[in-house]
Amino acid sequence: MSTAAEERSARAPWVLTAPALMLFVGVLLIPLAMTVMLSFHDWGQYKGIEPVFILKNWREIATDPYYAEMFGRTFRIAILTTLLTAVLGAPEAYILNRMSGRWKSFFLLIILGPLLISVVARTLGWALLFGGNNGLVNKLLMSFGLIRSPIPFMFTETGMVVALAHVMMPFMVLSVWAALQRLDPQIENAALSLGARPMTIVRRIIMPQIMPGVLSGAIIVFSLSASAFATPAIIGGRRLKVAATLAYDEFLNTLDWPLGAAVATLLLAALVLIVVGSNALIERRYAEVFR
Amino acid sequence: MRRNGPLALIFHTIFVIVMVAPILVVCLVAFTPEGYLSLPTNGFSLRWFRTIANYPEFIHAFWVSLGLGALSSFVALLFAVPAALAIARYRFRGRDALAALFLSPLMIPHVVLGIAFLRFFTSAGMGGSFAALIIAHVIIVFPFALRLTLAAAIGMDLSVEMAAVSLGAGGWTLFRRVTLPLILPGVISGWALAFIQSFDDLTMTVFLAAPGTETLPVRMFLYIQDNIDPLVTSVSACVIAITMTALILLDRFYGLDRVLAGKGDTGR
Repeated sequence: MSTAAEERSARAPWVLTAPALMLFVGVLLIPLAMTVMLSFHDWGQYKGIEPVFILKNWREIATDPYYAEMFGRTFRIAILTTLLTAVLGAPEAYILNRMSGRWKSFFLLIILGPLLISVVARTLGWALLFGGNNGLVNKLLMSFGLIRSPIPFMFTETGMVVALAHVMMPFMVLSVWAALQRLDPQIENAALSLGARPMTIVRRIIMPQIMPGVLSGAIIVFSLSASAFATPAIIGGRRLKVAATLAYDEFLNTLDWPLGAAVATLLLAALVLIVVGSNALIERRYAEVFR
Repeated sequence: MRRNGPLALIFHTIFVIVMVAPILVVCLVAFTPEGYLSLPTNGFSLRWFRTIANYPEFIHAFWVSLGLGALSSFVALLFAVPAALAIARYRFRGRDALAALFLSPLMIPHVVLGIAFLRFFTSAGMGGSFAALIIAHVIIVFPFALRLTLAAAIGMDLSVEMAAVSLGAGGWTLFRRVTLPLILPGVISGWALAFIQSFDDLTMTVFLAAPGTETLPVRMFLYIQDNIDPLVTSVSACVIAITMTALILLDRFYGLDRVLAGKGDTGR
């Protein structure tokens, strides 16, 4: 037998979450479902959107090599950005973690702060630094003798990767940082007392333990880079399209909404598959760390 | 623990310089007296900050952004606070699924959200309206509002509430006089983080904004697409200054590492 009080406490969580649930079903799930539906509709220059069920858009994406090239570029940029942030961000997080209290929080603020500064402003900064063949970055690299002739950064994938890596770097540092907090500093001393050299300690003690942090950071960076819009649009210009900028073009310039919806649906599906899949892989591989 | 060696410190110095350089460059160029982009710049002038006054669309966009951020973060909290209390206190079937649904806007690319909302609000006859922008922003800032409120609700001492109940408080009074004051730091930080997210969003908003409801990032983006000149750098410098102020307040009030640690989980 249940008392009135018990019944009320069984109902309470649903009463409390009902408004938010209704909001999410009404304004998130329904619009998303409508977008998937839209990708099966027909469109013509003069007739507009026709609510029929056809595979035209999906067939176009599957057969036209333009889309293969564009998705290839999108994921190539995302992978390179992820590698760059991992290779530079993980050591930086390690160095930060070894600093003393005041410097640690100061530099953490400097490195993580940009996360909250407008992406448009940050990318604009890179556009200024790249600025043609005699931009500041090229001048610096040449004066240090690192390169002979200027590297084109604006309107190239190289420039997009550099700027995106800067935008995404805080996520990687943060993720590795979180993994480092779980690490017992005494283990390092123990290895040292047993005669391990610094490089051996990093390779055999530190690396295996922060790997889950690097990998979960990589998933975040990858999925955000693959769907990035502002940076590819500003650095890549009008010709070098990625998935997000192409969808934008279809929606606001060409006005072929069904095709744009198909591109967006495919991007969402690919990302969900990759993120869920690699999360499962990481959790199985590092089950003992997450326990 | 061992100290950092000289090589590590050199790496660290270069890393920090590269992280700060683009933001610094924007702020430096904003003070150029020249009529074109020049780097390095010589001289110092507020010319381009004064020029902003001649572009009412930037000023209007600023007010749109400010109102949109403040309002949508507030509305998000109206929904998020009860939901956070339910998730923090009750174990019920569907609890994990609900939490995942409420955090899902973090995982869905903003391009996809922009497209979905554009389609939805256009068919509802609300395309380009300020109301549509508010609803869309409520959804994208909801996870941030929920997370910080949830952290506060989980850390709350329930015995205080029980004491109030034993003294005869209940319902609305209990919430207003006991529960809300106790979780208020989390709620305010949630509002601030939600505000920053809304204030900075470009990718989703660029699909929804129409002339008149353009936000500052959208206005800046559309301007940069046509030409990059010192004007956008002075506008950017203002945006950076506003965000920095909010950041420092957030750090003093709540601790930036805690706020950002919540953000780092985006992909999980």
